[in-house]
Amino acid sequence: MKNQINEAHEAVENNSNDSSTKRKVVVPGEVIVEGEDFLPGEGTRREGAKIIAGKFGLAEEAGRVVRLIAIFGAFIPRRGNVVIGRVSDITHAGWLVDIDSASQSFLPIEESPRFINRNEMDQYLAIGDVISAKIWTVKGKGIDLTLKGKGLGKLEDGFIFKVIPSRVPRVIGREGSMVNLIKEKTGCNITVGQNGWVWIKGPSIDAQIKARNAVTLVAEKVHVNGLTEKVEHWFAENE
Amino acid sequence: MTTKQLKRSDGRKANELRKMTAKVGVVPNADGSAMFSFGDTVAIAAVYGPRQLHPQHLQNPSTGILRCVYDLLSFSVYDRKRPGPSRRSNEISKVTGWALEPAVDLDAFPNTVIDVQIYILQADAGTRTAGINAASMALAHAGIPMRDLVCSVALGKIDKDLIADLTKEEEDFKEGEGATDFAIAKLATCDEFSLLQMDGKIQPEKVKEITKMAEETCKEIYEVQKKALKDVVESDMEEKK
Repeated sequence: MKNQINEAHEAVENNSNDSSTKRKVVVPGEVIVEGEDFLPGEGTRREGAKIIAGKFGLAEEAGRVVRLIAIFGAFIPRRGNVVIGRVSDITHAGWLVDIDSASQSFLPIEESPRFINRNEMDQYLAIGDVISAKIWTVKGKGIDLTLKGKGLGKLEDGFIFKVIPSRVPRVIGREGSMVNLIKEKTGCNITVGQNGWVWIKGPSIDAQIKARNAVTLVAEKVHVNGLTEKVEHWFAENE
Repeated sequence: MTTKQLKRSDGRKANELRKMTAKVGVVPNADGSAMFSFGDTVAIAAVYGPRQLHPQHLQNPSTGILRCVYDLLSFSVYDRKRPGPSRRSNEISKVTGWALEPAVDLDAFPNTVIDVQIYILQADAGTRTAGINAASMALAHAGIPMRDLVCSVALGKIDKDLIADLTKEEEDFKEGEGATDFAIAKLATCDEFSLLQMDGKIQPEKVKEITKMAEETCKEIYEVQKKALKDVVESDMEEKK
């Protein structure tokens, strides 16, 4: 399938659907819980006995670990993330790709799955082409991408749009459950990049629009419990 | 503090702030945005980034930087403000940046910039403090890692009385010792001040009273900011029920 799910984010999702966990909205600097028993997880810090939020988002207590799930904010590239980008320039050694992040990203010619003649690079990927690629390294000056991997490569036809990047894990769902549900209901091909760009290609315009609306709905209602059922309900209503 | 009842033209008590309103998410295009107002002073702030910093020589490979712009809109004051940067707005942009910097944690974003733009829609004194309050909410809304929110308030002294949140009318007070204006920004949950500015004259012992007053009033502001931020998420939740 075209969909690659980042393992780290998958792990996050596994816990967040668990009904035994408690969630609340916190602002930076707010005390989430007090007590020596708790462990500060991602996005939180410990000060004495207090666990303090380091960001605005949803604080979640999963057993002893307190974690903060960001629901706003730009994409922070990590190694292994699958992203959707647009080719913005061609250099002698590869392609410059716009993935909507703070640093430049570069796709070296060696990282394409087959041999490409340096003189005919634009026949493989031209300026403006949309690709799904994996982040190979994140260095101070920039990001290196690769196209070697399952489901990576040029995305032909279809269209792309943006959702808030911190909500991508929810759009994908646990082990891809949410995106698979939308695919199944609309018959569209969907790829969700960790940078918040979503690519949709479907059998008809109507199906594509429906898929887009469903993805947007999920991204908006990211903090609602039992979202999968609600989306199923939404599909039933908009038959 | 003085026991005799102080008469303010709008009937407020000495340590009473004007009516505050705050709203988060007022600029849909921005990564984070907020509006904050003290009575007739209205400020909006929008945050973009972290994004690539140009010109490149400003880039810092060890941390991200915060770039603040503050300005009055032309129609925000009685006499039209000539648009564009001025000596005053440049200075306030700088101090706003300094007031916010201790609260944000940009180590994770080397070579990048976070742009904070603050515009005053309507001015009735205390614009920089309203701007800082709005900007701190907008930064949080943009998902920037932060140690704390920043609360800011203008305190002051008219004649011999200490008062909170001066209006333009009070700032122009001429009788007796005249008016003194103290702009203060404080990190909400810890005991750190990030901005202290003064315009006018004041007795050193009164400065201590001022800082005490700042702590109390900042608590009120913090509650307003917190509520506005939580509302933006929770309003959706309610809707769904």
